[in-house]
Amino acid sequence: MLKFTAEHEWLKLEGDVATVGITTHAAEQLGDLVFIELPEVGAELTKDGNAATVESVKAASDVYAPLDGEVTEVNQAIVDDPSLVNSDPQGAAWFFKLKLKNPSDADALLDESAYKDLIG
Amino acid sequence: MDHSPTLKQTPLHALHLSLGAKMVPFAGYDMPVQYPMGVMKEHLQTRAAAGLFDVSHMGQVIVLGASYEDAARALETLVPVDVLGLKPGRQRYGFFTAENGGILDDLMITNRGGHLLVVVNAACKEQDVAHMKAHLAGCEVTLLEDRALLALQGPAAERVLASLWAAAAEMKFMDVRDAFIRGADCIISRSGYSGEDGFEISVPADKAEELAKVLLAHPECEPIGLGARDSLRLEAGLCLYGNDIDTTTTPVEASLEWAMQKVRRPGGERAGGYPGAGRIAEDFATGPVRRRIGLKPEGKAPVRAHAVLYAEDSPESPIGEVTSGTFGPTVEGPVAMGYVPASLAEPGTRVFAELRGKYLPLTVTALPFIKPTYKR
Repeated sequence: MLKFTAEHEWLKLEGDVATVGITTHAAEQLGDLVFIELPEVGAELTKDGNAATVESVKAASDVYAPLDGEVTEVNQAIVDDPSLVNSDPQGAAWFFKLKLKNPSDADALLDESAYKDLIG
Repeated sequence: MDHSPTLKQTPLHALHLSLGAKMVPFAGYDMPVQYPMGVMKEHLQTRAAAGLFDVSHMGQVIVLGASYEDAARALETLVPVDVLGLKPGRQRYGFFTAENGGILDDLMITNRGGHLLVVVNAACKEQDVAHMKAHLAGCEVTLLEDRALLALQGPAAERVLASLWAAAAEMKFMDVRDAFIRGADCIISRSGYSGEDGFEISVPADKAEELAKVLLAHPECEPIGLGARDSLRLEAGLCLYGNDIDTTTTPVEASLEWAMQKVRRPGGERAGGYPGAGRIAEDFATGPVRRRIGLKPEGKAPVRAHAVLYAEDSPESPIGEVTSGTFGPTVEGPVAMGYVPASLAEPGTRVFAELRGKYLPLTVTALPFIKPTYKR
């Protein structure tokens, strides 16, 4: 199941684990990314708390935790080559995997059509 | 675009929109920050071939005196550089100083034979014109409202311009000439702000779009936005007024004493006689307290303007601030500049910047970060 946040993240839900990345719209808005800082594996994230930092040539932006949970895996490939986020944001360029504290909280997130309405 | 209706537009505004530019407010103008190519590729395009920038927001000002000499002598009372010694058809960099020795704005100054042409920053142009009108006795100061300014930069810039105007190839760095191109009376200087060889082309507003289109039709030339303009000038070690220099920085602190010719320095034939001359003479005599320097962050994270600099990796020893910082696409890593105490300004010195709660090491580095390709 694919879910979205108003902060322009996507979540692919498989059981109680969510794979999290930023949307194509977010990647387009940010422009060429040059630096990415990901959370540590094992980090406990709180919904709306800072999870990662992305930097374009122009500016730094925060990526927020979409839900409460524990980071179980991070995608080193985007740290090594941040431009991957510009070329495949909703595929190979996922950011981290989150073991959700309350998997049912994901029901409250946006579905794809609601997210599309949001970005117009 | 949902921008304030009070934003001004340059004569190339419609062209930017038709090229798919992302527009942002800058110095009161609605300006292209990038085109579909993106900041990174636009930057590399300019270093590899040629880029065309709209810099029409900058102020082009004519200073007319009874003679060139009169106008030059008058301007030397506001600007501590050798204006009088500038030959016809030649240009040089300078700055307006404040009474405290700080910098009011930086500018390019051209001897146009009978008069001076100066180009000032967009954000300062009203203030600069008022400043010149108030202090340049006997001179007529006119802001040219009906001209656009294009910057054509990069190793292919000469080829691109010469395809329309063969004499481009004869010009040397900082030469300024008249040119009649495609029915437009242009003023062309071999200069720019990217660290690359290139030209700035002053063109009547009503001919600007046509000229820009012809230049962009050249296979080696692409439109470049303000985003890449910033990373290009930073790699070239060039100051952005309002970031790297302002009324709190003196020219010597800003490492701009190269722009003050011997004749205007303390002991020179026409030393002093401009605002803040006492303070600037002190900087020359005793050395400045602090210096603008290049900074190369270790690792990959860009360190940006206003990051605080420390002597050690702890909060007890703040020493200065980063004034510009970004990722340098040509350097393939982060680049920055800032101010540190003169005792820590030697290239190779290690300092630290606070970034998201961590202390990242940076190495003081000689500017520029790239080798400029000006055609001297």
